[in-house]
Amino acid sequence: MRNTPKGSIVVKGGLIVDQLGERSSDVVVEEGHIVGVGPDLSGDQVLEAKGCVVAPGFVDLHTHLRQPGMEEAETIESGGWAAVRGGFSAVVAMPNTDPPIDCAAVVQEVLALGAKAPCEVYSSGAITVGRKGEQLAPIAEMAGLGVRLFTDDGNGIQSAGLMRRAMEYAAGLGVLLAQHCEVDSLAEGGHMHEGEWSSQLGIPGVPAEAEELMVMRDIALSRLTGAPVHFQHLSTRGSVAMVRAARQGGVPVTAEAATHHFTLTDEACAGYDPVFKVNPPLRPADDVAAVREGLADGALDAIATDHAPHSLDSKERPFDEAPPGMLGLETALALALSELNLSIQQVVGLLSWQPAAIAGLQNTHGTPIAVGAPANLCVFDPEEIWTVEPDELASRACNTPYAGRQVQGRVRHTLVGGNPVVVNQQMRQ
Amino acid sequence: MRHLLSVDDLSVQDMERVFSLSDHFTEVSQRPIPKVPALRGKTVAMMFFEDSTRTRLSFEAAARRLSADVMCFSVSTSAVSKGESLRDTVATLSAMGTHAMVVRHRSAGVPQQVAAWSDVSVVNAGDGWHEHPTQALLDCYTIRDRLGTVADRHIVILGDVKHSRVARSCVKAFVALDAKVTLVAPATLLPPAVETWPVDVSFELDSVLSDCDVVYGLRVQTERQTQALLPSLREYTAQWGLTVQRANCLGVGALVMHPGPVNRGVEIAPEVLDRPNTVLNEQVRHGVSIRMAVLYLLLGAEGAES
Repeated sequence: MRNTPKGSIVVKGGLIVDQLGERSSDVVVEEGHIVGVGPDLSGDQVLEAKGCVVAPGFVDLHTHLRQPGMEEAETIESGGWAAVRGGFSAVVAMPNTDPPIDCAAVVQEVLALGAKAPCEVYSSGAITVGRKGEQLAPIAEMAGLGVRLFTDDGNGIQSAGLMRRAMEYAAGLGVLLAQHCEVDSLAEGGHMHEGEWSSQLGIPGVPAEAEELMVMRDIALSRLTGAPVHFQHLSTRGSVAMVRAARQGGVPVTAEAATHHFTLTDEACAGYDPVFKVNPPLRPADDVAAVREGLADGALDAIATDHAPHSLDSKERPFDEAPPGMLGLETALALALSELNLSIQQVVGLLSWQPAAIAGLQNTHGTPIAVGAPANLCVFDPEEIWTVEPDELASRACNTPYAGRQVQGRVRHTLVGGNPVVVNQQMRQ
Repeated sequence: MRHLLSVDDLSVQDMERVFSLSDHFTEVSQRPIPKVPALRGKTVAMMFFEDSTRTRLSFEAAARRLSADVMCFSVSTSAVSKGESLRDTVATLSAMGTHAMVVRHRSAGVPQQVAAWSDVSVVNAGDGWHEHPTQALLDCYTIRDRLGTVADRHIVILGDVKHSRVARSCVKAFVALDAKVTLVAPATLLPPAVETWPVDVSFELDSVLSDCDVVYGLRVQTERQTQALLPSLREYTAQWGLTVQRANCLGVGALVMHPGPVNRGVEIAPEVLDRPNTVLNEQVRHGVSIRMAVLYLLLGAEGAES
């Protein structure tokens, strides 16, 4: 699917926005790389970009592709199409598959399927065998296959002692641990944020402190070991504040926020529609404001989607029986542009070179747009207003919480390794 | 009124309408043949996904006294035990020509989901910790019957408010009818963000007893001990049980209520259950006429008056 096209492609008339700044320029791509940046360039194929931003391709640190095991909800291929329609040239596949990605064999399967996907698919690996938090998974063996990011995502590592050893071991191998912060004994049985809304709705809640206690602990463990740790989908004011302070104190932590945690509040659960059930749960407005502040001032490094497809059936169960998770890949850019009140360069940084650096992909994705760089590009119209229609998404599932919502900013073209996989919003099979 | 999913669906006028209809149906229930043809030709499905005795029987009696046909459904004998989804079960019962569904489920929000998936009227007969609106209506009706009015009464709701659908509905209904409500419970059995509820809160019972018109006891589930919410039932009874000694502190005419079933000797002492101002049986009796009124309002109000 990602055969390098013959001939050259010129992206014409756009505004380049990357870590070097903004400049109006054409971009010519050939044989997988950028071969020309400048005014009035030509190529065999023209991708119109007038009025559009030409940005380095986006990198999602947090994608659930559901394969192997849950192909009714998503496959690596369908999720890959959702990614490129959202402007992502690379995604990191989460390991909570069935079987989980906790050994070399499953990594190899994911990578083999990913090679046929329209975006670059990087596999994460589980920290512990079966994501059970008991025994370390073969991290070095998976790292040998190129896995850079390890997480038991969906489960936090409950034991501080085990997390300490995992951090030391991973740091020695030069790979990164990413933590889903949630203390089970506080969160157990909860299905939404514990607060005024859960109290009214009679839905068992998860307090913000279930997340914050583990953030606090892992900051302490990072200080103890000197090993870096990445915090996944932070959702509370306390978490953001602790990460900000830790970074100012020189502790090597990084963090991401999921799109829904800066766009939706726990009030969305009032209709008992499990489409709004997610973990960590949607939080009150003050936490949403704190996540936005963290993205604006650099306390948080990246926007991640936590794209979590689920079949229609599983989202038509009672709220407390339905699985958590919502789609995100195809709406992340538009929501960041519509809701965050940041410059376009800041938004692109949060989606592109900042997550690329965390994932260890800084030489292939999120690179400055210059001659010789790999041609992973996202071209988007920052002005286009569109309405999210679940049926029109490329994902196999349709559990978007934004159905019917009007948003601004839309991907027009996506190039992955020089291959134009999305052209004028259409998928090029 | 299309559905009764929450007390929030009812205005004060709606509640008054339910009460006056209930007066009428109470009279009907005392006739030699306690039956009216108001809902003849209508079918009411009893969808009890969770075990229930009194609520199910009460709704069944209410529907039958209105001459409705009743379809009973219980999980253990239905396709749900074969893995049928909730939505498919709703579709199946809709296709059989049901006019109303009375839904009880262990998960909060299921009646809302059922209402969204079908064209028929849905009555919430208790969903998780969320609501049990007909219970609140029959409790208001009982207070009104005994004390003349709910307004300005001081009602103490005692016990496991956190896990109680009855408490959530009752607080809404009592407050809507201008009663003053005080929740009394150990802090572990109060809901989160209780400060946002329109109530007073007390962690101890003795100081509020002399000043209240109603003590409304809630059931304490024995598993609360294993969840570290209570040290023991013995300690609960000693601190928050309505013992004989405490009941003696109640003012003259103050009512003792409970939604049932009671853990005798845990929430309320057996001797207190037998006192004339303990009105559990009246609550049950009023339940039938209140549910007749609700079904009638949902299904029959435009039809012929009985």
